[in-house]
Amino acid sequence: MFLIPAPVVRFFHRMASPPHFYAFTERLMPWLVVIFVLLTAAGLYGGLYLAPADYQQGDSYRIIYIHVPSAWMSLFIYIVMAVAGAIGLIWRIKLAEIVAISSAPIGASFTFIALVTGSLWGKPMWGTWWVWDARLTSELILLFLYLGVIGLYGAIDDKRTASKAVAILALVGVVNIPVIHYSVEWWNTLHQGPTVTKMDKPSIHVSMLIPLLLMALSFKFYYVIALLQRSRTELLLRERNAQWVKTMISEAK
Amino acid sequence: MKPARKQRLMLIGLMVLGASLATGFALKSFNENLMYFFSTTDVVEGKAPKDTLFRLGGMVIKGSVERPNDGLMVRFKLTDFSKDVTVEYTGILPDLFREGQGIVSSGRLNTQGVFIAEEVLAKHDENYMPPEVKDSLKNQPTPVEVKP
Repeated sequence: MFLIPAPVVRFFHRMASPPHFYAFTERLMPWLVVIFVLLTAAGLYGGLYLAPADYQQGDSYRIIYIHVPSAWMSLFIYIVMAVAGAIGLIWRIKLAEIVAISSAPIGASFTFIALVTGSLWGKPMWGTWWVWDARLTSELILLFLYLGVIGLYGAIDDKRTASKAVAILALVGVVNIPVIHYSVEWWNTLHQGPTVTKMDKPSIHVSMLIPLLLMALSFKFYYVIALLQRSRTELLLRERNAQWVKTMISEAK
Repeated sequence: MKPARKQRLMLIGLMVLGASLATGFALKSFNENLMYFFSTTDVVEGKAPKDTLFRLGGMVIKGSVERPNDGLMVRFKLTDFSKDVTVEYTGILPDLFREGQGIVSSGRLNTQGVFIAEEVLAKHDENYMPPEVKDSLKNQPTPVEVKP
């Protein structure tokens, strides 16, 4: 732990304590919501109104302001879930387990949105709703991985055991993440190659790129908000017999 | 770090490594099947299957699109900037189909080496720009990117 400054370590140690986490996230929430609303408003206004139409696709390309951030989030959340799962397995930190399982439904939703919006765009542009190319198929597998995690967690009654099982499933599934990302480069696919994350400069005009990045950031905030809300509920459920929950409820009455 | 934690960390590391290796080998051996389409060079060199359906991808050569008769039949040439293949298709083309655009079509080769397409899909490239920028780009020689 010599690489991380002491105040950061202290912050994480305190955050790992359920009562502290519960109180801290409650104070944080309004700020997160305000930032999220501002970012979404700016991103949508920029993307749907200010950004020019595409030279080939016209206005249909505007679906990227939902599709691309969703697809990025589907990968990002999976990594968060797997890392949190690993921390839960190694250090047996209850909050890490809760973060892992609370991420799953949010990640599944983003994956679903990415698949559906891509399909809606594919029909007019490619001429088909769905093809079994490497990108689309690996993204569909990601959805099944998320659903598997949710299902497995629900199937085991003891939630600490369930968390361990889920973490292992999530960690094995991590191999799918680089496959999804590089599928368009490793194989011939119908899905186009990367636009923004290329090594040289992005092949998207800057007036279209800025709203896209704003939307990506706003989706990150949405994830944090949804994650914290789910985690708080899950935490209360798991700690319902703990003293701090009882004190809090009696104080609220 | 406590020994028990270190051991669990190692185990998890090994598990992820093992899963990656297994997936890597599996994908490597299925590499051919994961290719969504054959290139025109593959077809000219005879690497594409003879009597079965397969998908062919390439760029529509500018000026090669023609409608030989009054029907919906359209004939065009596809290229990967090395070899060309003639394609015939009867049906409605997608919005993004145009000369100079990448497409993927599914069909089979006839005895003359003409690809009889049953389905034509437009492959969108990764470039997004406003029409004015495209117009100004037209005046410069555009770099041609060849995808394998």
